[in-house]
Amino acid sequence: MYSEAEGISVQTKPDSAPVVEMTAFDSERVPIVELMNLNAWYGSQHVISDVSMKFKRNHVTAIIGPSGCGKSTLVRCLNRLHELVPNARLTGNVMLDGVDIYGKQIDVVDVRRRIGMVFQKPNPFPNMSIRDNVVAGLKLGGVRDKKRLDEIARNALQQAFLWDEVKDKLSNSGASISGGQQQRLCIARALAVEPEVILMDEPCSALDPTATAKIEELIIKLSDNYTVIIVTHNMQQASRVADYTAFMYLGKLIEYDETPKMFENPKEELTERYITGKFG
Amino acid sequence: MITRRGILDKVWLGLAVAAVVAALAPLASIIYYVTVRGISAISWNFLTHNFNQVGNNGGIGNALEGTFLVVALASAIGIPIGLLVGVYVSEYGTGRSADVVRFLSDVLVGIPSIVTGILVYSAVVISFPTPYNGYTAFAAGLALGLMEIPIIANTTSESLKLVPNSLREASAALGVRKWRTILLMMANSLGGIMTGILLATSRVAGETAPLLLTALGSTQSFQGWFNSVETMTLFIFQNGTSGTPNLVEQAWGASFVLLITVLGINIAIKMVTRRRIVFV
Repeated sequence: MYSEAEGISVQTKPDSAPVVEMTAFDSERVPIVELMNLNAWYGSQHVISDVSMKFKRNHVTAIIGPSGCGKSTLVRCLNRLHELVPNARLTGNVMLDGVDIYGKQIDVVDVRRRIGMVFQKPNPFPNMSIRDNVVAGLKLGGVRDKKRLDEIARNALQQAFLWDEVKDKLSNSGASISGGQQQRLCIARALAVEPEVILMDEPCSALDPTATAKIEELIIKLSDNYTVIIVTHNMQQASRVADYTAFMYLGKLIEYDETPKMFENPKEELTERYITGKFG
Repeated sequence: MITRRGILDKVWLGLAVAAVVAALAPLASIIYYVTVRGISAISWNFLTHNFNQVGNNGGIGNALEGTFLVVALASAIGIPIGLLVGVYVSEYGTGRSADVVRFLSDVLVGIPSIVTGILVYSAVVISFPTPYNGYTAFAAGLALGLMEIPIIANTTSESLKLVPNSLREASAALGVRKWRTILLMMANSLGGIMTGILLATSRVAGETAPLLLTALGSTQSFQGWFNSVETMTLFIFQNGTSGTPNLVEQAWGASFVLLITVLGINIAIKMVTRRRIVFV
C-alpha cells in the first residue's frame, strides 16, 4: 500500500502538469501522439489528472505505475475505448499527427484503425478460425477479396512471429492455441489493419516467462515500423523493451524520460521509491 | 451406525425423490395417455385430409396447415422485433432506459395469453370486419407474434450479456462499426438466441386462448390471411368437447401430433445449445 501515512507525499508541481521536455523530440518530426491536459473520470472518480505528454514516433514508450494509477485508462483514452464505459468522461486533447482525435469531425472508426490495441488477456474471437481472426478487422470492415485477405493474414502472422507455428492449422479456432500464441494472434490481428500506433495494456500479464520473452522481442521489432505504447506493472519489462518510460501515480504523470535515465537516475523522489520497490 | 444426522439425510433424500415423482408422474401420464389414445387415430389420411364433420375419413390437414402459417406469421413479426429489442437492452440501452424496457419485457412474458388475445380482438378483429366477422389468420398471427416478442427479447439480451466484454472491446478496438460488432456478438451467442426463438415458437404453437378470439377456426383449408383459419389447438378444443366419439378420437390424434411437434422443437433446442455454431 502507498499512502501519505507511510510518508510518501505527492509533490510534483501540484497545479501545473509536469510537461516533460525532451530535446530529442523537438528536433525531429512532430510526435505522433500528444496528450494535452488530459483528464478522465469514471463517474465522480477522477482517474487521470491533467496529463500532458508526447509519444515519439517509431519508438516504444512504457507507462509504469502502481495498480490504479490510471495507466490503463490513459491508453484507453488514446483509442477512445474509454468512452465505451458507461459514465466515463474526459477533457483535454489527444492529438494524433496534430489532429485532435476527439474533434467533432473525427470518425472514431478511423481513429481506432490508426491506433490499434492489444489487451491484457488474449481475446481472440472464439467463433473464428486463426486466419479469420487475423483479418477480422478488415473482414468486418467490408473487405471481401479472399486472396488479399490471405496475403494480409500471412503477412501479419509473420510480423507477429506466429506464422511458422500456425501455418498448418489456419482454419482451426482462434481459441485452440496456447495463451502466448493467442496473444501474438491478437497482435497480428491489430497489425492487419495497418495502424500507426499500437497500444498494449499489460500484454504479458497473463503469460508465462517464455511467452513473455517472445512478446517482448516482438515489441522491440515492431518499433521499427510502429509507435508502441505499452502499459506494464513490470519494471524489468519496461527497462527491457522501452525507449522511453513514463511513471504515473494517482492519475498524475510524475516523471517521463528516456528509459535508462528513469531507472538509473530518476529526478523525482517518488519515481525512485517506486522503481526501487519501496512501494507499489 | 444410525445417527441423527444420518436419518435427517435420508429424510431429505426421501422428500426430494417423492417430489420428483410427484412432478414427473403427471407429465409421464400425459405423454402416456396422449400417445395411447392418440396414436390409433394417426394415419396418412388423418394427417393430410381436412376436417370432416361426420368424422369418417376426416383429418387435421387444414389444422396443421393453419398452425404452420399462423406460427410462421407470428415468427415473422416476433423474431425481428424481439431480436432488436434484445439488442437494444443489452447493447444500446444505458442505465435506466434499458432497465425499464427489460422490466416491461419481463411483465409481458407473464401476461396471460387471453389478455393478448382480447387486445388483438378489440384492436383488429372488431375494427376490421371481414366475411367472418373480422376473425382472420392475420389477427391470429399478430396475437401470437406479440407473445413471441418478449420471450425472444429476453433470451437475446441475456445471451448477449453472456458474451465477454473483452470481445466487444476487441472488435471496437479494430475499428469495427458498432452495428457490425453487435452482429459479431450475436454470432457468438447464436446458441442462446436460437434457443429463445425456438422456445417462443414452441410456446405459441401450443396456444389456444388468443386464437379463440382471433382465428376462430375453420373447416376449410387456408383461405388467405384475411379469412378465419383452423389451427391444431382449435381443432382439439372444438372436437375434444364435441361428444361425438370419432371426433373426440381425432382430437386425441391431434393432441398427439402437437405433443410430438413441441417435443421435436425442444429436442432441437437441446441440440442447438449443445453444438457450437461456427459463424462468420
